[in-house]
Parts: sequence; C-alpha cells; structure tokens
Amino acid sequence: MRGGQVSLDRRPVLRGIDLTVRSGEVVAVLGANGSGKSTLVRALLGLTPLSGGSTLLYGAPPARFRDWWRIGYVPQRLSVGGGVPSTIREVVASGRIARQRRLRPTSAADTAATTRALEAVGLADRAGDPVQALSGGQQQRVLIARALAGEPDTFVMDEPTAGVDAASQQLLADTLAGLVAQGRTVVLVAHELGPLEPLITRAVVLRDGCVCHDGPPPHAVGAHALPGHDHVHPHAEEPPASPLEWRPTS
Amino acid sequence: MIDLLQYDFMQRAMIAALLIGLTAPAVGTFIVQRRLALLGDGIGHVALTGVALGFLTGTAPVLTAVLVSVLGAVAIELVRARGRTSGDVALALLFYGGIAGGVLLISLAPGGSNSTLMSYLFGSISTVTLQDVWVIGALAVAVLGVVAVFGRELFVLCQDEEVAKAAGLPVRLLSLLIAVTAALTVVIAMRVVGLLLVSALMVVPVATGQQLTRGFRSTMLLAMASGVVATVGGLTTSFYVEAPPGALIVLVALGGFVLALGLGRFVRRSRPQESRP
Repeated sequence: MRGGQVSLDRRPVLRGIDLTVRSGEVVAVLGANGSGKSTLVRALLGLTPLSGGSTLLYGAPPARFRDWWRIGYVPQRLSVGGGVPSTIREVVASGRIARQRRLRPTSAADTAATTRALEAVGLADRAGDPVQALSGGQQQRVLIARALAGEPDTFVMDEPTAGVDAASQQLLADTLAGLVAQGRTVVLVAHELGPLEPLITRAVVLRDGCVCHDGPPPHAVGAHALPGHDHVHPHAEEPPASPLEWRPTS
Repeated sequence: MIDLLQYDFMQRAMIAALLIGLTAPAVGTFIVQRRLALLGDGIGHVALTGVALGFLTGTAPVLTAVLVSVLGAVAIELVRARGRTSGDVALALLFYGGIAGGVLLISLAPGGSNSTLMSYLFGSISTVTLQDVWVIGALAVAVLGVVAVFGRELFVLCQDEEVAKAAGLPVRLLSLLIAVTAALTVVIAMRVVGLLLVSALMVVPVATGQQLTRGFRSTMLLAMASGVVATVGGLTTSFYVEAPPGALIVLVALGGFVLALGLGRFVRRSRPQESRP
C-alpha cells in the first residue's frame, strides 16, 4: 500500500500509510482501539475503498486481482447472523470457494483439505454440529479453519485472539507456527499478542491513522501486550489528558 | 385425491403448487440466511403494479409481473447495498408505491376493478391458465438452476459478504442474482398462493426445517419437502372447503412449523447433550 488513506463517514481513519508486506513475514498490526487496525487490513484487501493512495495485491489492484485463492481472510467475528443453521464442516468447506469452479462438483482434494483444516483446529469430531452452538473461541477456530481450507499463501486475520480463551489462543499459535514453518505470510491484527508473540517477525503500530512504529517487535510490545495493560504503546506516549481542556479555535 | 385431478383446472393448479413448494423454500433459505425475510413481501407488493399493468395494456399479467418485480427487486438490492440507515424506510416506500400503483392502474384498466386483484392477492385455483403453467414451469427451472449452479457461492455470500469479496466472488452480481431469483419466485407463487402470502412460503418452511436440522443443505432440503406438503395439502383442502388456496397453504405451512417445533424439542432432548467446553 502506498499513501493509503481511508475515510469513513468523511472522518479520516487512515492518513497516508505506506506498508509493504514481504512474502514469508509474520506481521502484527498493533494499536489502541480506534487506531485504524481493522480498517488497515480491510483496505489492504480492497474491502474498504481508499479515498487516496493505492493498494496492490501481488502486484495487482484489488479490482483486477484474480488469484484470490492466494489470500485467506479471517474476519473479526463469525457473522452467521442468519437464522439458518450451518454445520461446522459446511462453513469450513466454503473456504475452498476461491479454488472451485462453477458447475464442477466438490473434488476429493476439496474434501481432504477441509478435513485437514478441521483437524488442525481440533474440531474434526464436531464437524456435523451447527456453528451456532459453539462458543466464541470455537467459532473463531471455525473461521481460521475456513481460511486454512483454502490453502492460501497469505493469511490476513482480523483480531484472531480477541475474546478467545487461552486454550484456543495456544492452538492458534501452534497452527500459525506450522504455517510460518511452511513459509506462508501472515498479517494479523491484534490487541494483545499473548502466545503469538514469539512468532511475530514485524510489528506495525498504528496511532491515529498513522504508522508510529514499523520494525521488529520491540520487547516492550510483549510486556505491554499483556492482558490488563492499557495498550498505550511506549513509542507513542501521550501526555496525560487534562479532564477539561479548552483550545481556542484559530 | 385422484378424483380431484380429473379436473383440468385442478391439474394445472397442482403442477403450479408443486413447483412453488419446491422453489420458494429453496430461495427462501438464502434469503432467511441473509436476514432479508421481508424481501419476498416487498417484491410481492411491487409485483402487484406489474399485474395491473398487464391488465391495463392487455398483455399477460404474469409477464408484466415478471418484468416489474425484477425491476423492483433490483431497486431494493441497490437501496440495500447503498444505504445503511435508511434502507428499511426506502423499502417501505417501495412497498406502498407498489400497492398504490397496482390499485390505481387496475381501476384505469377497462373493466378492471379491485376484485380483479383479489385473486392475485390471495391466490385462486380456478384461474391458473395453461400459459401460466408454462411460464411457472420455465421460471421454476430457472430458479432451481440458479440455486444448483451458484449455490456454493451464494452460501459464502450469505454467510459473510466481506469474506465472499476476499474470496474474489462477484459480490454485487450474486446479490442481484438472489434478488432477481426471489422476484421470479414471487411471480411463480403469485397465481396459487397470492402476492400477499408469497413471502410466507419463502420463510415458514425454512423456519420449519431449521427446527430439525443442523446444517444448511439439510435445512434447505427439509424446507423444500415441507413446502411441497404445504402447497399440495393446502390446495387440496381449498378444493373441498372453497376458500382461497393461499390462506390454506400458509396455514398448513404454519401447522407444519408448530409440529416441527415440538418435534425438534423432543429430538434435541433425546439427543446426547452437545458438549460445551
């Protein structure tokens, strides 16, 4: 992405971001609530239109990008909002969609990849259960399995650890470690890194829609990413705000 | 049941009912999943204008209804995709416009009156013409074809539009496809179930199905089965009690839902407890 700017409801959320993710990197996008983390990854994929700058996926703008199977997107939450139940297997199998062709039935490779993805997240024995019956952490695992099923090169995960129990976080870390060992690229948005910390090769810290740190994850990030910390990054220190402040306009 | 089919008009109505019972719940499953349960209602209202337009211009009301309801469905989809807050209000405007337009146009039509519209609003078994059967048949093939060919993609879309986008699916096209398919389904069901009750047949069988199933595909299949039972059962009853078939079909469908509700409770209780760590 070059000079990426995004405005939502005319309010600038990202103000000029230059970011290039190289193949094989494990990038953590960090920052406080409202700093534009999720917007950044969504804009990178072309899900949120840019109001300035440009973004390229494997060298092509999103509108002309064709190899969507190379990207596995894990959204922030499972929006199986609709009233119709779906089994875990059905949802995970739908991750193959970018590799499938219309009018061609599900192949043996599709089924095998789906089963592998289910096993990777430890849900193979519950494949026939409806996703609606799962806890938040388990639903998150379903979403990750859906991305795994597509066997992409690059994973883009929006807060995969948010609201997830410790066991699921550890499982995610183990799964990611396997992917990293295979040379896959991972971009993940996180509020707290937890067990993912040792895997991260690069940290991008956002503040007020700008990149305020880009580089190897400083040790401080680990300590400051612990649950309970107020998530203000040490590189981005702010003077304590006074309870009442008046600034004359102009 | 057999003696019933000796009548030509009943044969035609029965074929139509069978096709409706299959198609409406199949499309309905996607619509309910997308939380657009009222889409069918909206299109039904708009289709009324199409019917009246047919009377006014002397063309077959089924054909003008197809045209107008497809346009209406596309408009609804564009409004839905564009507007974030005013979407439901815009839909409501379209509903009222459809009804008002229909009533106005029918009163302008030579010899037309609001009672002409009644058979379209609540369905009728004696008025299904051979031409209707052909149109309904063709539309049903189109609708089921769409579900068969695009089902996988529509499933992803209805789960999560962003994920569908990130998988490179033509999201806008598929959304329009669902809307247009729903419009065709409304027209299919119009003659027998009636425009005001069309939506029930897209929603109620799906609600019935999901009481007993755990997956998307199984819900759809069960919904189609219960849809056929409702349309055929309701139509048969309407032959004997001489009431509008639409009402009876919907009541049979609702009865099926209540039955499935009780059965679902029973099945779930006897099933081994689902583990919840």
